[in-house]
Amino acid sequence: MARNNQMKLSVLSIPENVPLARVAVAAFASQLEFTLEDLEEIKVAVSEAVSNSIIHGYKNCPDLHVDISCSITDDILEITVEDQGDGIQDIEQAMQPTFSTESARMGLGFTFMQSFMDDLQVESTVNSGTKVRMKKHPIHLTAVKAEAN
Amino acid sequence: MLDIDFKMYKKTTIARVKGELDLVFAEKFRKEVDSVMEQNCSDNILLNLENVKFIDSSGLGVILGRYKKISLRGGKMIIVSAPPQVKKILELSGILKISESYDSETDALQAM
Repeated sequence: MARNNQMKLSVLSIPENVPLARVAVAAFASQLEFTLEDLEEIKVAVSEAVSNSIIHGYKNCPDLHVDISCSITDDILEITVEDQGDGIQDIEQAMQPTFSTESARMGLGFTFMQSFMDDLQVESTVNSGTKVRMKKHPIHLTAVKAEAN
Repeated sequence: MLDIDFKMYKKTTIARVKGELDLVFAEKFRKEVDSVMEQNCSDNILLNLENVKFIDSSGLGVILGRYKKISLRGGKMIIVSAPPQVKKILELSGILKISESYDSETDALQAM
């Protein structure tokens, strides 16, 4: 079993920090037995969450902060992406992917986060901020746990 | 990093995209593709994604935006050589159902 671990990253709300965030989280995640494909999926999920904070949370305002924290506990990776931005009025509606509006990109982003992570929780308060919590565990572990049960 | 190598083949713009298509470079992609197609009065585009190392919904958004613009003018978008992870994202978005995709430029140009 991998050693429990934690990491916190606070970045300025500029696009340049989106690739930084995803690469940093992927590097942290590589401590677990994820496949290369898993790591690519994690990168997309993080990219989406951080981009959402910048574009929708902060309306592209470049001098605020997006906080990314990761933990490994009992071989489960947990990633939290948090902003103090505009918040989401209707989370369910925001998670519907459509292609016609700006907010549609947010929906598509959530679709990818949901597809690529094992668990996704979104907490948000209008004018206060949004917190996205995602979990993923290496595949072989599910098989082992299932057998144990 | 994002670089696009443009080439014309009859009335089709061939765009060989190299790098990452995310929030940082989505705008650059949009501007360059729109500008080249306008300059060349080209209605069709062949997007060669062989050297795209990363794509997310920001990158997808500008590809879809270009698709809409081109379709409204009666043009065609063809996607070629998307690597497995990129293809996965394109598939999830549904764009591979509405635009054609091929495994090589030669196959795609022949089909056009």
